[in-house]
Order: sequence, then structure tokens, then C-alpha cells
Amino acid sequence: MNTTWSRFNVTSIVLGFAFLYLPIVLLIVFSFNESKLVTVWGGFSTKWYVSLFHNQGLMDATWVTARVGVISATVATVLGTLAALTLTRYTRFRGRILFSGMVFAPLVMPEVITGLSLLLLFVAIGLDRGFFTVTLAHITLTMCFVAVVVQSRLVSFDRSLEEAAMDLGATPAKTFFQITLPVILPAIVSGWMLAFTLSLDDLVIASFTSGPGATTLPMKIYSQVRLGVTPEINAACTLLIAVVAVGVIIASIANKRREVQRQLDEQAAQRG
Amino acid sequence: MKSLGSIRRDFAPWNDPNAKPYIQFDNVTKKFGDFTAVNNLSLTIFEREFFALLGASGCGKSTLLRMLAGFEEPSAGRILLDGQDLRGIPPYRRPVNMMFQSYALFPHMTVENNIAFGLKQEGMAKPEIEKRVAEMLKLVKLEQFAKRKPHQLSGGQRQRVALARSVAKRPKVLLLDEPLGALDKKLREETQFELMDLQQELGLTFVVVTHDQEEAMTMADRIAIMDKGEVMQVATPAEVYEAPASRFVAHFVGNVNMFEGKVAERSANTTRITGATGAQIVVDNASDTSKGADIIFAIRPEKIKVSSKKPADAVNALEGEVYDVAYLGDMTVYHIKLDDGQIVRASALNAARVTEDPLTWNDRAWVSFRPDAGVVLTR
Repeated sequence: MNTTWSRFNVTSIVLGFAFLYLPIVLLIVFSFNESKLVTVWGGFSTKWYVSLFHNQGLMDATWVTARVGVISATVATVLGTLAALTLTRYTRFRGRILFSGMVFAPLVMPEVITGLSLLLLFVAIGLDRGFFTVTLAHITLTMCFVAVVVQSRLVSFDRSLEEAAMDLGATPAKTFFQITLPVILPAIVSGWMLAFTLSLDDLVIASFTSGPGATTLPMKIYSQVRLGVTPEINAACTLLIAVVAVGVIIASIANKRREVQRQLDEQAAQRG
Repeated sequence: MKSLGSIRRDFAPWNDPNAKPYIQFDNVTKKFGDFTAVNNLSLTIFEREFFALLGASGCGKSTLLRMLAGFEEPSAGRILLDGQDLRGIPPYRRPVNMMFQSYALFPHMTVENNIAFGLKQEGMAKPEIEKRVAEMLKLVKLEQFAKRKPHQLSGGQRQRVALARSVAKRPKVLLLDEPLGALDKKLREETQFELMDLQQELGLTFVVVTHDQEEAMTMADRIAIMDKGEVMQVATPAEVYEAPASRFVAHFVGNVNMFEGKVAERSANTTRITGATGAQIVVDNASDTSKGADIIFAIRPEKIKVSSKKPADAVNALEGEVYDVAYLGDMTVYHIKLDDGQIVRASALNAARVTEDPLTWNDRAWVSFRPDAGVVLTR
């Protein structure tokens, strides 16, 4: 392998990362700005973080977002896992292709269309828009992502594990809860995290389906920005980035540890 | 006393007309769509028997095993276990356990929890479970690995965990699907004998599926040779080898030389066969053949003697030329091209270190064999 860094390589890496991260770095830097003017540096300060926690509107929106995220991700995980099980286990039922197409369509459906159609539905059946409707809409949006993640795990799942459990006297229900579920649990957890993240940063569908009293954080930020960007919003976004980054870092460290442990175990097994 | 093969068998319930069959397949057929995996098959297996289903992949042997375990239901016919019809009984209520080809160890459980799984389903008391698990670990010599997870074990150890798990419940019948398929050759040979000892020790009925004829010959009391969903022959390893029922069986198990021909003459004790290319062969009387019938004479390579001169007392001797020789250490394999063009394979045990009459390529040679050395096949 070539270990020397050519000028070309360095330039392209710097440019590439700048392209990706410069806006975010700028946002973080200006969240610590003393001045109220976003584009003028007035010295270091954390006062916007303090005022953020006193901004009742933003705090309410954060709370709404967290609840919508947890509830919708949980329901979507249950439904998505069931859909994935059906799609991998019953490969021959009538209309399977139609069913799988319909499960996965929301993946590629423009969000505007999903949002608009849900809005029309809620209006048609006279459902008051609010917390409940946003949650429902997010379940619809994220279920298919969970189904994809879980299905990819189920495809490589060794069915003889289930047969072995039944052979040893476990009923189908016990087999599912004692064997299948624990084995595919990592996929279900990552499906849940994906669903939660999607719900967390969704603006379009939430705007269509939410009502008064159920403003999510992205909606709140967007509406405030229209009145002019304040450093407070920068602070809010920085915190959001921190939360996501910490989550990603923890997940990858846990993953790496498991991998290393596994390799050590396998080497130990090889030696006998 | 004369006997087929070199082993005297004292355990032979299949020869006893009063013995009660333990497992019975009655005209069982299994279809998957248009494909017939098992075709109108009948078979009986006796208690404490080590029974092998031998065949190439796709012959229906695994389907037969899965029907016994309850993972598939027969399309027609019935399966009886100890007199009880198994139809409609789900796998988790059958008194049989299976050892899977992939071992199917539960990856999220330790070795001891894997072994205890079946016992917990039975609702066995905890101290008893612990006792049984310890007993099983001892049986397969894995005491110090109780707390490990399957991925922390070597292939041979995993195989033993799978075995311990499947016998922990003391099933009436243990089903083994290619139990040694994933092991390397040396380990496989050792494990064959371990399995036989285990079967003796536990007094269980074993039904093993394998595509490896050596494995079946080593371990089984009886072998069922299968092809295209049908049983071609059920017999002891010695019978399968020394008295195959058909061309297919003779070809499938071991090496064989075949001479096509007609029955030329039948006398009181011997039958004379004229080969398609003119060779004259005299054999001890073969049943159910009449003069003029088309038959095949099959003879195993080790029953043919190769020499540079025609043996004086030989009943059957054919002349040819050495076409190929292979020295394998324990034996030497000759390919002799007879003067009528047929190539005959003969093998000679190298019982001595020095050979008096060595042959080489293109030497003239005689092949000779006794009248009882081969079998006459009609199909």
C-alpha cells in the first residue's frame, strides 16, 4: 500500500471534509458567540445555552419530539418486525409481491406526498390534528425502514435453530420468544434507533400532520429561523448534533468491542 | 460356520420373524409440488438399532428423517413409532430428538444452557436439570467448557455439544442428519467410534442420514440405500457389499467390476455365463436365473487375483495386459485390459514388504477368481 500523501490527495480530502463539515463547524462556533448578530464574532460565551433552557417554546417542542420519537419508533419496530417476519417466512402466499411492494413503497415516496395524503386522510375522517396524528404519521414513515433492517437479518437467520428448539419440545410461541427474538434482537434495536432518528429530524410530514400544541423541534426551529436566525437556535442545533454524535459513537464502540471479543474468542477456540 | 463379510452379528432382530418393529414407514410418499421426494416407501427399524439412510443428495433421505422428526408431514402413507401413528403430532410433542447437520446451537446461550434447553421445556426440576447437564457434559468430555458460548468452541466441540443436547432428553429415537459432515477426516473417524460407543451405552435407537458410505458401513447395524425417493436395498453392511441386490447398489457402495452376459448353462451346483465379449465365467449357483437370461456378473476388485502366469487350479481365469498400476501403500490397484477390451480393476493387499512376482505396465497378466467371489445380478 502507498503510505505517502501526495499533494493531490491532501487537497481532495481537505476540500471534501470542508464541504461536508464546514457548515456544521460554523454553526457550532457561532452558538458560542457573545454577539446577537449571527455573522459577527463578538467573543466566547455560553449565554445562549442558558437562555435556550429558559425558552419554554423550544423546551416544549423538544419534549414533544422525544415522546413522538419513542412512541412511534416502538410501534413501528413491532409492526416492521412482523412485516419482515411475514415476508421472509411465508414466501408463497398470494399477493406477496404486492404486499412487499406496498411495505417498502414509503422508502421512495416523496415525503411531501406522504404528508399531504395523511393530512387529507385525517381531515376526511375528522381526526383532530395534534400529537396523536404526528405519531401515527411517523409510524407510517418509519415502519418500512425497520422492516428492511430486520428482514436483512432474517434472510441470514438459520431456520434450523427454530427447528432444533421445537424438536427439543418448545412450542412455536416459546421458540419465537426464546430463540428467534434474542438472535435477531440487534437488528431490531438498530431498526428502532433508525426509526427514532428519522422521527427526530422529520420536518415535512410533521408540518402536514401536526396541529396546535404538538409542535416538534424541527418545526419550531424552522419557524424561528424564518423570523431570523438567532444564536439560540445555533445552540439548540449544537445540542442536537451532540446527542446524535454521542449515540453514534457509543454504538460503534460497542460494535467494535464485540467484534474484537469475537475474534479473540475464535482464536481461543482454534487453539482448543 | 460361513458368514457374509468378516463380522458375526449377534444383534439381528430383522432376522427374527417375531421381533416387533419400532419405527415403521408404511407406503410413505412425500411430494413437494410436482417433485416426489419420497415415493411409496416402506421400511422397518428395530429398537436399539443403529440404522443408516445412505444415498446421494436429493435421494429423499433427509426428507425421510424430517418426516420422522415432524418437520414434514407425509403426503400419503403413515409412520408408526412404537405402535403409535405419528400423523398430526407436532415436532415438540414427539419422543424423538434430532442432531442437525449445521448443529443449530443457540448462539446466545452457553453450552450448559444449550444442553438444558430441552429439559427446561419438559418442566424438569432445577437440581435435576443441573445433574443431567453435568452428566451430559461428562459424557461428551466438555466439562470445562460449560460456560462458553458456541462461537468460542472448535468444530469438533460444537459437534459434541449438539450431540449432548440431542440426547439430554433421553429420546426414544435419536435422528442424526449428516452428524460428521462438517468435521475433518481424522476427527470424523474418531467420532464414528465414539458415536457407536455412545449408542451402546445409552441403548438408544439411532437413525443416521449420510452420503458417506464408509461412515454408514462403519457405524450402522443396517443400511438402507436410497435413490430417487425409493429404497434400493436394506441390509447389513456386509450384505450390501457382498450381496448387492442391484447394479445400482453394487456401483454405489465400493468399487465393482461388471460383466454383461447371458446364462449359458445351469447344472446342479454351478452356472456358466458367457460374457457379451466371449469370456466364459463359472459361478456358484445363482438363484432365479434361467438359461438364456440376460444377467450381469459383478465382482469386487479385492476378490480378483492378478498373476503373470495362469494359476493351475483356477476355475475362472482371463488373460490380458497391465494397463495401469497404482501403489497405495496398504494395497496395490491394477487395471488389467482383457484381450476382449474390457478393463478389470483388481486390488491386492500388500501383506508382505517384498513381492515375488511384481508386474508393471504392459506386462501380460492373468486375472483369476473363485466361483463364489462374485454375484449375479438380474437388474
